[in-house]
This record gives sequence, C-alpha cells and structure tokens, in this order.
Amino acid sequence: MADFEIPKIKNYLEIPAVQEDVMAHSSPFIAKPPHQAGLGFPEELVDDWENKAIEKMGDLLGKYRSFQVYLDSCVKCGACTDKCHYFIGTTDAKNMPVARQDLLRKVYRRYFTFAGKYFPKLVGATDMTKEVLDEWYSYFHQCSQCRRCSVFCPYGIDTAEISMAAREIMDEVGLGQKYCNEIILKAQTIGNNLGLPERALADTLIDLEEEVEEDTGLPVKYPLDVKGADILLVTPSADFFAEPHIDGLIGYGKVFHEVGASWTMSSKASEAANFGMFIGSYANMRKLAMRIREAAIELGVKRIVFGECGHAWRVAYSFLNTLAGPFDFLDPNYPVPQHICEFTHGYLEEGKLRINKEENDHMRLTFHDSCNVARGSRMGPTPGGQFEIPRKIIKAVCNHYYDMAQDTIHDATYCCGGGGGLLTDDLMEIRVKGALPRMQALKTVVDDHGVTNMAAICAICKSQFTKVLPYYDFSMDMIVSVHQLVSDAIVLTGSEQEKELDGVEDDEAEATAE
Amino acid sequence: MSTIDVNGTAVEVDEEGYLVDLGSWTPEIGTALAKGDDCELTDNHWEVINFLREYYEEYQIAPAVRVLTKAIGKKLGKDKGNSKYLYELFPYGPAKQACKYAGLPKPTGCV
Repeated sequence: MADFEIPKIKNYLEIPAVQEDVMAHSSPFIAKPPHQAGLGFPEELVDDWENKAIEKMGDLLGKYRSFQVYLDSCVKCGACTDKCHYFIGTTDAKNMPVARQDLLRKVYRRYFTFAGKYFPKLVGATDMTKEVLDEWYSYFHQCSQCRRCSVFCPYGIDTAEISMAAREIMDEVGLGQKYCNEIILKAQTIGNNLGLPERALADTLIDLEEEVEEDTGLPVKYPLDVKGADILLVTPSADFFAEPHIDGLIGYGKVFHEVGASWTMSSKASEAANFGMFIGSYANMRKLAMRIREAAIELGVKRIVFGECGHAWRVAYSFLNTLAGPFDFLDPNYPVPQHICEFTHGYLEEGKLRINKEENDHMRLTFHDSCNVARGSRMGPTPGGQFEIPRKIIKAVCNHYYDMAQDTIHDATYCCGGGGGLLTDDLMEIRVKGALPRMQALKTVVDDHGVTNMAAICAICKSQFTKVLPYYDFSMDMIVSVHQLVSDAIVLTGSEQEKELDGVEDDEAEATAE
Repeated sequence: MSTIDVNGTAVEVDEEGYLVDLGSWTPEIGTALAKGDDCELTDNHWEVINFLREYYEEYQIAPAVRVLTKAIGKKLGKDKGNSKYLYELFPYGPAKQACKYAGLPKPTGCV
C-alpha cells in the first residue's frame, strides 16, 4: 500500500527513540514560475538569495515583535519535544518543535545577535547556506502549524509563526511550495481553491437541490449570488466537491430552510479557506479575505456565516476584521462572522429544530477537534465554546457519543496530519505518519466504546482522514461532517420524514384509543 | 519534465504523472497513463473517463464526486452510483486517479 513503513498502533502512545534525519528526504514539489509570479514572488530562486533571505528575515523581525520574542526566549526546557504528531509518527529529531525552530533560530543568531555575529560556534549560529535552505524547505513542510507544541511551551513560543515566517522568506527568494501557491492563485483569480467556475458551481448546486428534494419532498434551496439575502454563507469549496463534505453542506441548507433564513452563497467568495496564512503572506491572505468583504457588499447581506473549515475559521474569527474590516455595514446584533455550528446550536437550544436522533443510531460517534478551531479561535459567547458547541450539536442529534482521551482533545487535540498546506499527495508519507497519535486515540474509543464514526468540522481534516484511515485499517467513510449528522436527523416541516414519523405515531395513537 | 511512452511517441507529463498538454489527450494516452499505475482499463473505467471528459469540455473543471456518482448510476445502474463503486474502480480516489487517465488537470484544494 505504501513505499514507507506505516507506524503501528500499539496499546498506548509511545514516545519514540529519537533518530537523525530519517525524514530528510521529504520535500514537496516546488511552485511553478507562473504561480510564484501570480502571488508577487520571484519566479525561481533568485541570485544572491542568501542576502535576500536575511534581508527578509530582518523585515519580519521588525514587523512582528512576536517573531523575535519566540526566537530569543527558548530556554531548551524540552517541554515541547514529545508534543508534535510529526515527531511521534516519524521519530525524526528535527520534527521536535524546538529543533524545528532551531533551523531558523541558528540563522537568526548568526546575523542578528551579538554573540552569533562574533562567536557563532559558541551559540550554535550558522550561515545561510543552500544546505540550510534545503533543510528549511523539507522540515518547514513537515509542520502543519497546528500549535499543539505552543500549548505546552512555558513561554508560549508558537512554532506555527516560525514556520509561517520561514515559508514567507522562502517564497520571497523564489522557493515556493506548489500545492499552496497554485491554490492561492486559483482562489484569487477564480474564487475558490478548486478552480470551480461560476457556471459549474451553479449547476452543481442545482443538482444538489434535486437530490435533497427527492429525499425530503421539499424544495430546499442552495442559493448562489442572490442579492438582498440576509446571510452570506462562506464555505470551503471542498463542500461542493468532495465527500463527506457535501453532506455537511446539505445539512447547512436544511437548517437554513427549516428556520426560514434568507441566505445565499457567492461565486466570488466561494472559498472559506485562506491558504495565505499557511505561507505567512499577509498580502495574499488579505487579498483572499477582501473577496469575502466585496461579495458581502455587492450582495448587500446583513450577516456572514462560515461553514465547516478549520483554518478558515481561525482567519475569520481572529483576523477578518483587521484584514478586511471594518464590517460596520453588517447587522451588529449578530457575531461577525458567525460559525455555522453557532447558528445551528442556537436553534437547537431554542427547540426550533425537530430532531429524530434514531436516524443516527447506526453510528457511535466521537469528535475530532480541528487544530485551528481548537487553538486559534473561539466560538459562541463563552470560553471553550469551540469545544462545547460542536459536541452539543452531535449529542443533540445522536444517541451515542464518546470523547477520545483527554490529552488528545480540546486544546490538546492532535492535528489530523494534513493541515497547514500539507494535504498533498507528494507529502503522503508525512501525512500518514503524522496521523498516528489521532489514530491511536481513535482506536482506543473504537475498542472501548464501539465507536464507528468520527465527526469533524474542517474540510482538510475530512479529506485527510478519508485518505489515511485505510492505512490504519479503518474504513475511509468513518469520517463524517457534523452537519451531515444534523442533516440525517433533522425532521423538516412537511417533509417525507415528518409524514413517516407522524404517520406511525398516528397509527399508534389510534391503536391505543381503540 | 518527464515523459511516458505511448506507442513509440514520448508524451510529456508533470511531476505527478498528469498530462501536460490537455488538448493532446487520446484514448491511447489514457491507457498508457493507467498502465503506469498498473491499472488495466475496463469498459466500466471508460464509462467514468468518458463522462469526465464530456463534463470537462462543458465546464472546464472535473465534476463533483456527487455529480459523478449520480451520472454513473444513471449509466451503469443504481447499484454502481456510489463512491464505493468508484473507489473499487479507482482505488486512489475517483477524483484524482480518473482525472489523471482522462487527461484532466488534478483537482486542487482541500480534497
């Protein structure tokens, strides 16, 4: 099945013995000249790249105070060393977060600190060489920027920020990653990561409406570019394309229909994801975020709701206002932006959605906290809402729910293994190996509680698990969307499901009366 | 840039094995691309490949998995209109593997 060794799931998660450079061969495809140029980067590695890289590092140190603090403050305590899923899955020493940071820190010391300038060998400072650059390209694409290590760092050093800075420096000297940069350009020019043009999107949604009407007997709409709608739904384009993502989209539509919401999607902002964050490029991140602002203004909406997408929600929740704000043209009575889970949860709490939990009785569920939602944002009015709200939704629509081990969920959640721009076939080895800690935790609830399915609220997680579950002898369709569970259990007013349900109840009532 | 051999002619493919010049696709190229993955194309594979090409011609993009399963269900019978069947035909995933043999660009994004 694979030309690399697949890690074994044991009885408990083992912290492996450290090995040197066993993943040094892992390196993603390099971006093509047009993709580089399209994002404002040099087409290929520039002459004098060594100096340009240092110049860019200096620029970032001046711009982001956090970056310098992270580089200066590490005391090598070791708290992070066993916290990275890629280290646990690969055993490669450079995948320990501190070692990953040191790849950049040693160059920082050489050019930006007194000791490193004059006594480099004493402080582990090195010149910016081609060898260093290659190492950066390899190991900064073995970090999914999930920030689990930063939760355990006593100084709060965020390896994700360092990884983003490294990628930005590499882009700036002409060494970009194909997967991310091709996608960012597509989203900036066509409107989404897939490159789905408006007409294809429109027809896909019409198909979806037919499917839902066949199933429910109701004209549930999946509207596109409707001016004057109240709500703009911005969702990852994988929701239009892939499974189980699309079942989640069907769920959003059913909820909107049932509560009588006036909503629309936009062909211009047909992507929630913002890969600009993965490459640390503020300019590109902003360009992508501006499409959402422009779409909201053009359509004249009052609210923005985001679909199930992990890092999109981090960008939306944490940065959208400064990137593309102010959003003073939206209705201030609602969160700007709002997560679809908040939306659905609100109506569930009010008892406005009729739910038939038995529809999900064939499943025993657990929930995978997506890293960017868990550690990069919040949801709802109270702290920890990003953990509680999705679980409350699942429990409201399913009878059987079991959490995975405490040290693998909430803010200690393990990344799926495919985040941060690593969800590409050329990085399959690191993706499979990095999934080990999550697979281990999943295996435990499968064995202990008979869990059959794992729900998630992130397009990357869903695609990654679909791909890697079979490597660990699980079924690929074990992963489901949270709103897919809502979709299967919701009883829409006037639907076939309602008739079936009430019809049976009526018969019973008659029988009792007789 | 790497190439594959199609009846004595060298055809350019990218680093992931996808056809570079989409317009140059022929069924022979499709067969050769599949052979490179040790995949023998049957009539059922061709039903999928032909649908992908028709769809691509109209929309300039590969169809969503749901659109594909529905179309195949109509053509080959309802029991085959599901992604399980498509994965049996194209174990690496219908979206990517079938697109490759059909000479379509690789779907990108969170898929």
